[in-house]
Amino acid sequence: MDLTYSPEDDAFRAEVRAFLDARLPEDVRAKVLLGKRLGKDDFMRWQKILHARGWGAGRWPQRFGGAGWTVVQDHIFEEERAEAGAPPQIAFGLRMVAPVLMTFGSVRQQEYFLPKIIAGEHFWCQGFSEPGSGSDLASLRTEAVSKADHYVVSGQKTWNTAGQHADWIFCLVRTRSEGRPQEGISFLLIDMKTPGIEVRPITLLDGEREINEVWFDEVQVPVENLVGEENKGWTYAKFLLTHERTNNAGIGMCKRGLHTLKEIATDQLVNGRPLIEDVRFRDRIAEVELELMALEINNLRVLSAAAIEERPIGPEASMLKIKGSQIIQQLAELRMHALGHDALPYLYEALEPDWVADPLLAEHYPAYAPPVSGQYFNLRKTTIYAGSTEIQKNIISKLVLGL
Amino acid sequence: MDFRYTEEQLALRETLHRFIARDYDFARRRALVSSPLGFSAEAWAQYADLGVLALPFPQEYGGLGGNPVDIMVVMELVGQGLLLEPILSTVVMCGGVIRDAASEAMKRALLPQIGAGSLQLAFACYEAAGRYDLASVACRARPSGDGWCLSGRKNVVLDAPSADGFLVSARVSGQVADSEGISLFLVKRDAPGLTLRWYPTQSGGRAADLRLEDVVVEADAHVGSPGQALEIIERAVDRSTAALCAEAVGIMTALNEATLSYLKTRKQFGVPIGSFQVLQHRMADMYIAAEQARSMCILATVNADSKDVAVRRRVVSGAKAHIGRAARFVGQQAVQLHGAMGVVDELIVSHYFKRLTVIDLTLGDSDFHLARFGESLRPAGQ
Repeated sequence: MDLTYSPEDDAFRAEVRAFLDARLPEDVRAKVLLGKRLGKDDFMRWQKILHARGWGAGRWPQRFGGAGWTVVQDHIFEEERAEAGAPPQIAFGLRMVAPVLMTFGSVRQQEYFLPKIIAGEHFWCQGFSEPGSGSDLASLRTEAVSKADHYVVSGQKTWNTAGQHADWIFCLVRTRSEGRPQEGISFLLIDMKTPGIEVRPITLLDGEREINEVWFDEVQVPVENLVGEENKGWTYAKFLLTHERTNNAGIGMCKRGLHTLKEIATDQLVNGRPLIEDVRFRDRIAEVELELMALEINNLRVLSAAAIEERPIGPEASMLKIKGSQIIQQLAELRMHALGHDALPYLYEALEPDWVADPLLAEHYPAYAPPVSGQYFNLRKTTIYAGSTEIQKNIISKLVLGL
Repeated sequence: MDFRYTEEQLALRETLHRFIARDYDFARRRALVSSPLGFSAEAWAQYADLGVLALPFPQEYGGLGGNPVDIMVVMELVGQGLLLEPILSTVVMCGGVIRDAASEAMKRALLPQIGAGSLQLAFACYEAAGRYDLASVACRARPSGDGWCLSGRKNVVLDAPSADGFLVSARVSGQVADSEGISLFLVKRDAPGLTLRWYPTQSGGRAADLRLEDVVVEADAHVGSPGQALEIIERAVDRSTAALCAEAVGIMTALNEATLSYLKTRKQFGVPIGSFQVLQHRMADMYIAAEQARSMCILATVNADSKDVAVRRRVVSGAKAHIGRAARFVGQQAVQLHGAMGVVDELIVSHYFKRLTVIDLTLGDSDFHLARFGESLRPAGQ
């Protein structure tokens, strides 16, 4: 048993820190730390900077242009990245479709798509959920009819993140209606510029528009954009969801959120003293910090075991997703409560990078306040998306506990 | 002992219920949120016609002589309909202060106007550095001629943008956190030296920060005895807190109905999701939380005007702390059980959730009231 970082790991951390110091653009950093809206350009610019350093895809194997990091290196990078205020990398390309292409895609697909993902040239999004198919994903109905050299896709996807920015979408479509629903699903790659695709924004409860419906009206997709075999899409989707979950603990984001909470609770006063010295509030912070400490080690244990045994991460990933999403919600809730009355103003325009508080407002309203309540509302989605907490518990009950 | 509403209360409830169904559906409410005024002037006039705005005032001032339970009936419906009009600020909070503590002349001048819907007031008694502490008053009032001159800041004054005037707490003596030395003044909206910075709130209402720079008011703008206003303020806030609890109970009831209906109609895996035991138990917990909350609300309401200040503080703070937590649980779980539909702007569910959240943060959050409730605890045997 050895929980210390090796000298190589320490050297790697120093290297990451120096790189972030030198190369993270100050304007992007400021946006992330103050919770401002990030645009597509911010994400793509950062991806290109990482790629130039050879870190465009830390966990990809080197033969696909990745850095080939160990799980520990990946953890160190994420921790430093979040702490420094760098944006997260967009998972849809790097962590979701790419592993599927590496494992099940054709050589042509690998050679065309992977370099564009790592270089920040293609922005990907996901087309899985449908209005009638959420937790019960296998019941999906968007159909792809096979013609000579192409499929004709019609139907509706929903809860699509960032489709308004995306160049490509990976979709689960129905290619057979007989038999078990899981055995009639295929995995298609679709160019978002194809005629017949319409992206309709869904406004969320915080007023933001990051989620969409994506409508397909007789969209023609070349057969070479089918991944693997027809009607085997469910297998690829399950593989993808496992990969998606490997980063679901979100340790880096949780640590960043905890740090911000402590900053807010230090600045806010109660009875003339910093809120963080108030025993009741301090205990609340302490309880979440303890959960996070446990989750960090839990996460490393799960990832290390998978790495040593050279196997993909198993159903224990559900545990990481459940705890990580709960912690990020609890931290957001505490940040909001720490603000007191300053949690009440809804200043939509304050999330624009160039917004400046007018003097009357600035007298009491701190720069860290504008995104806080919206984050609390918005982050309720984390226990719903990517397999709700209830679905994750079903997975643990069945596959870990054998119930 | 009798927990039933009276015939009159049931009739009032039914009337407001019909009003919401007919004139204040969710689509209408959404349009009002983004309108210039932020609420419905027509609805305000209708409340006046129905007597809602005169409910708690004595009959000699044009009121109906209602009690806190009558207010509870109204506020439950305010919750269910997510009504945006400033009933709490104008009628319960400021109207209550004037009724309890103002001079005869001020009562005669203002209460009939409030009841008729022609006067709106907002309560400006919190300051940035004080968090939820009403004694933390840095705003100063010094004698000036026959009247007073006020300077200071008040932050997040609810319903301020549409108000014709404000009840402002200001210090006439002592240090920032002293309970003695606080006075209460009626400041007109157009008083020279008063500046507002308004903004929407997270639950669709409006609020503003106030800056007072040498605002001069006449002697008759002073409410109550000089330096002795904290007691008046706390009494009004306690009564308003009980009303806010009733609003939360109304929302929780409506949110549970919406969630139960969703569990029965939303199908996954070929069956209604309400057939899954884990969701049945969650829904049962939400039902229990709302019933417990209603009971605490009733307890706070019937004691909201208690002459025994210790009892009033204990019960009102106990209710607010309890209901803040219940509201958090019910709100979060209603969203969770609706899945992604719970976080969209298009459904009322997320708006109920946001309003419950804002109620928890208004007039003292759960932690503040838990501490205030805890002050009444004594070692056993003493």
